[in-house]
Amino acid sequence: MSTVAHEHDHHHAPSGLKRWIFSTNHKDIGTLYLIFSLMMFFIGGAMAMIIRAELFQPGLQFVDPQFYNSMVTVHALIMIFGAVMPAGVGLANWMIPLMIGAPDMALPRMNNMSFWILPFGFALLISTLFMNGGGPAGGWTMYPPLVLQLGDAFPFLIFTVHILGVSSIMGAINIIATVFNMRAPGMTLMKMPLFVWTWVITAFLLIASLPVLAGAVTMLLTDKYFGTSFFSAAGGGDPVLFQHIFWFFGHPEVYILALPAFGIISTIIPTFSRKPLFGYASMVYATASIAILSFFVWAHHMFTVGMPIKGELFFMYATMLISVPTGVKVFNWMATMWRGAMTFETPMLFSIAFVILFTIGGFSGLMLGITPVDFQYHDTYFVVAHFHYVLLTGAVFALMAAVYYWLPKWTGYMYDEKLGKIHFWLSTIAANVLFFPQHFLGLAGMPRRIPDYNIQFADFNMISSIGGFAYGLSQLLFVYIVIKCALGGKKAKAQAWEGAKGLEWTVPSPAPFHTFETPPKLTKAMLEH
Amino acid sequence: MTSIFKKLIQAAFLLTLPLVAVAEWGLNMREGITPISQKVYNMHMVSLTVVTIIGIVVFGVMFWSIFHHRKSRGVKPAQFSHSTTVEVIWTAIPLIIIIGLAIPATKLLIEMDDTSDSALTVKAVGYQWKWKYEYLEDDLTIYSNLDEKSVELSQRVDTANPMEHENYLLDVDEPLVLPTNTKIRILTTANDVIHAWWVPDLGWKRDAIPGFINDNWTMISEPGTYRGQCTEICGKGHGYMPIVVKAVSMDEYKTWVAEKKESQEAAAASSNKEMSMQELMTKGEAVYKANCLACHQANGQGVQGVFPALAGSQIATKPENIKTHITHILYGKNLMPAFGEQLNDGDIAAVATYERNAWGNDTGDMIQASDVKAERK
Repeated sequence: MSTVAHEHDHHHAPSGLKRWIFSTNHKDIGTLYLIFSLMMFFIGGAMAMIIRAELFQPGLQFVDPQFYNSMVTVHALIMIFGAVMPAGVGLANWMIPLMIGAPDMALPRMNNMSFWILPFGFALLISTLFMNGGGPAGGWTMYPPLVLQLGDAFPFLIFTVHILGVSSIMGAINIIATVFNMRAPGMTLMKMPLFVWTWVITAFLLIASLPVLAGAVTMLLTDKYFGTSFFSAAGGGDPVLFQHIFWFFGHPEVYILALPAFGIISTIIPTFSRKPLFGYASMVYATASIAILSFFVWAHHMFTVGMPIKGELFFMYATMLISVPTGVKVFNWMATMWRGAMTFETPMLFSIAFVILFTIGGFSGLMLGITPVDFQYHDTYFVVAHFHYVLLTGAVFALMAAVYYWLPKWTGYMYDEKLGKIHFWLSTIAANVLFFPQHFLGLAGMPRRIPDYNIQFADFNMISSIGGFAYGLSQLLFVYIVIKCALGGKKAKAQAWEGAKGLEWTVPSPAPFHTFETPPKLTKAMLEH
Repeated sequence: MTSIFKKLIQAAFLLTLPLVAVAEWGLNMREGITPISQKVYNMHMVSLTVVTIIGIVVFGVMFWSIFHHRKSRGVKPAQFSHSTTVEVIWTAIPLIIIIGLAIPATKLLIEMDDTSDSALTVKAVGYQWKWKYEYLEDDLTIYSNLDEKSVELSQRVDTANPMEHENYLLDVDEPLVLPTNTKIRILTTANDVIHAWWVPDLGWKRDAIPGFINDNWTMISEPGTYRGQCTEICGKGHGYMPIVVKAVSMDEYKTWVAEKKESQEAAAASSNKEMSMQELMTKGEAVYKANCLACHQANGQGVQGVFPALAGSQIATKPENIKTHITHILYGKNLMPAFGEQLNDGDIAAVATYERNAWGNDTGDMIQASDVKAERK
């Protein structure tokens, strides 16, 4: 590989389909991830629409209970592994090299592969819906023995989980390798933008937790086909063992979805407050503490399995402790806004909504962490409301904020601010109409994952469904705004936002195909956050 | 500042009050009817109040900032970026709050865990999709299925209107009868997959796990009927296996046990008798609705790929398969559970006859209790 040939490549970026299939460019792969996750968001969303349509009123109207359970299961798998995680990886791909002054990701070919196996993984998963016996219907948590009753879809489900895990682990390795090796001179760890920090920590969570999930589902596979009894009491195993292993992955997974969101919010709020992030160091430490604690709280997802009381107390205390570093983050965001000079463009609106609504999800999380009361909340709609507040109005709102924030850098055009604001208000109102009443449903006694319910739950379910349809429709506006912005509009400056800090704003908008081929010379001002 | 704080705290209390007032509308957790459920409710209200106050204070400060610190008001942004003092304060305060919540929670959990000195033990066994209750001291077993009216209304047909049924999906054919003011130990386990046993008014739920037994306790203070549902996804019929507890006085409970045992013995004795086609079909239809319909469907068509059709099937129509038909019902096959333990010979004979003659199967076959008895090992 001569330097000349290398130079030559720059001016002839591959075009057409090949550009995307063989791409090793972090920006193209980032774009692929983001588009893919948007598609998955709509597929998973369509399933949510089916769920809300069936729950619109009591009685069975549209689907039979088995298919309903499939929708509940596949909606979760798609939204978690197909929409939120790839969107986070897409942002990492696009922004981390730009933020640390690197020319690309450290392992570009692996980057290509980690993206391109995703569509195959999801093709497998979605194909199971058409198989004999239907798609996976035992919940995304795949608890045995129920999951072992699945028909032909079972091995495909296991293989899908393996594939998605491999993809995520490769993505995580790439991010760690990039951040530790490719920072521009002068960009010390404690000078990195917080988004980069949250992603490095997330990447370690991925590497530590996903192999555990792979192990658990492989044990399911051998239980079903090779006569082992890891999870069958009849053969000396224990079905609860699966839950312990699953949630040892599952709880860190929650933070895999949430930490990049924290990074995004910590980037956007200072920009539109025109003020440095408050408590940068404590933000880093809080993120790390949350990540470490996340490995010691898994059993709060399974307080009702009948653990010894000492175990229940330990997991209750550990769970409640997480609210301390999380609180620190919320307070830091507030202190960043305090005495700033705020403006309220769409990314800022989504970020403020994130802080409030994620905190509401945190409040219900604290309530759920109190074991004796969790015996009432567990597996009801109160839990459904809780995790949708942290994942939809939390993680997804942060991702929306990020897209609006960096769209000018990606496309070179400003998005339509007016439409962006309409999209924000529609989404925020609809999401609350959708999920707030679910707290009441859960407290009043409606279990989750049921296709039909008693008439006392009818009113709130109808309200919730109306909110659901409104939320779903509002997202079409988002697609329109993004496409409109990609096609043209007001030219974006290199520094698209007045108060924005960071290296990504020193390159032109749209960011050229190759950036920072020689490391940038960092001045003190450029390293401020 | 202190006066603002006071006002905010007062406002928080006022805001939580309506939640208490509208508890009957199904907005809030139920207080329940046991000493424990009351304590759980109180703990819930304490934590709800605490987070509401925190929320009002935190969001209040934030909105104050949003209104006052905006560029359009011409403010110049400050440039401070840390303050060790405030950071220590807002780490310490949440820590103190959660310690304050953890102490009563620990006490309550220890109290809930103590199943000693119970006067009565009931074992609740989850099945796909019903509950079996074994009264261990009284040597009595009952099965609790979704009530017939809910079964009819839960079909996917236009004529079904669940609004007609107040206890839709929350009613059973045989409720769990329990004495009041007695410490009752409730064991939970399951026969096939994991279920969870929950009656909100008792203040807790517990998983029912195949191969393992969890123990819990309750002491009901008021007679009445209390309803709940399975709360762990357990397959297609997860939403259709409610739990109904009927709490009565100790005397009434004892009478009920005696009557139940008597009627079970009578039914077992009469189940051996020959029945006419008419009798078999009527009884068979009832048994089918309670036990078979969830999977094989009202029209006998099953669910493609999961639950085989009975209408027109080899087993339910070919004369040479009568024995196989009976043994499938008695001992189960693949996903199909064994019914030999919970249905008597007469019930199985009737349901087999029904399946061989309903939905156009019209074989004319009559199965009698003696035929079933012959297949029992």
